[in-house]
Amino acid sequence: MSTAVIDIPETVVPVATDVTFRIRRYRPEYDQEPHWEDYTVALYPTDRVLTALEKIKAELDGSLTFRRSCGHGICGSDAMRINGRNRLACKTLVKDLDISKVITVEAIKGLPLEKDLVVDMEPFFAAYRQVLPFLMPEGHEPTKERIQSAEDRARFDDTTKCILCACCTTSCPVFWTDEAYFGPAAIVAAHRFIFDSRDAGSEARLEVLNEKEGVWRCRTTFNCTDACPRGIEVTKAIQEVKRALIFKRV
Amino acid sequence: MATKTPVSLTATPIGTLYRGGEGMWTWVLQRITGVSVFFFLFVHVLDTALVRVSPEAYDTVIATYKTPIVALLEVGLVGAVLYHALNGIRIILIDFWSRGPRVQKQMTWVIAAIWLVVMVPGVFFMLKHSVEALFGSTP
Repeated sequence: MSTAVIDIPETVVPVATDVTFRIRRYRPEYDQEPHWEDYTVALYPTDRVLTALEKIKAELDGSLTFRRSCGHGICGSDAMRINGRNRLACKTLVKDLDISKVITVEAIKGLPLEKDLVVDMEPFFAAYRQVLPFLMPEGHEPTKERIQSAEDRARFDDTTKCILCACCTTSCPVFWTDEAYFGPAAIVAAHRFIFDSRDAGSEARLEVLNEKEGVWRCRTTFNCTDACPRGIEVTKAIQEVKRALIFKRV
Repeated sequence: MATKTPVSLTATPIGTLYRGGEGMWTWVLQRITGVSVFFFLFVHVLDTALVRVSPEAYDTVIATYKTPIVALLEVGLVGAVLYHALNGIRIILIDFWSRGPRVQKQMTWVIAAIWLVVMVPGVFFMLKHSVEALFGSTP
């Protein structure tokens, strides 16, 4: 009996390489100021930055603090600044980074730093709550489902993908200097309901976003669109809300 | 191999510079050119108003503008105004054209190309006189 033998070329076998991470540490109980620390761990090209952080925590320094939950890019816990850009650690692979250089990892910008890579998300969620991110239906509750055409559903499809990771809001130069600005994520959440044909609360949401710290603070830098791990065209959504306000048409 | 090395406290204790794309840097440039043009207009209003105070003083100030250094500043001014205007059009298109946000990167390269096409011959003609005055053999 002949057994099928598969020749695996040696190049296909993944090799673990030493990768150095420069992490911005801050332990409020010991440190006056945040500081950088270097960690070198062996990783495969297919590993995620999150794997690296877990390895560092397990093998090198148990005090390293970061948020993580699902590890599959859907819970939105592990947003951080990797090589100067907001990314999810669980969606950033080692092979997509230039490992010949040190990889910098720091907390997202513009929210109060609590410890290492953990920030206080409360101002972010406070802005989210203000745009009334829930369906406000009109009239009596129907006995069957609320019918919506495919075209009507497509209008807000992009903004349903948000996972509230704060990558967009904390990539915004306006938000860094003005925490009162609602920020891209809250506007995306509002967009999802403003353009929903089943919803009747558009006026209330548009009124909130028409304020001084609402959509008009957006300077279209497109950092949010680049940062979104879900590929939402965030700036486009903000512009649609601006146009809805200008032309009084949803 | 796994190692841990503390980096000196002085090595950028603040965070790194955010690595934004075309959108962020055009916005930064729009601010810089905007403020620069504003200060030019401020000086320009002052020097023009000087003619009401004393025509002689006005002539003295205008004479200092005919130096090569001011000619270089003029090139900077034209470059700043041109960039600010072109990027302004790009921003208007992002605001009012529904396809604008999707093609903002391409529009950035288009305005950069227009800026170069206008500036290269522009700088040549603007500085021609200064170069001749400085290095020319015949007055």
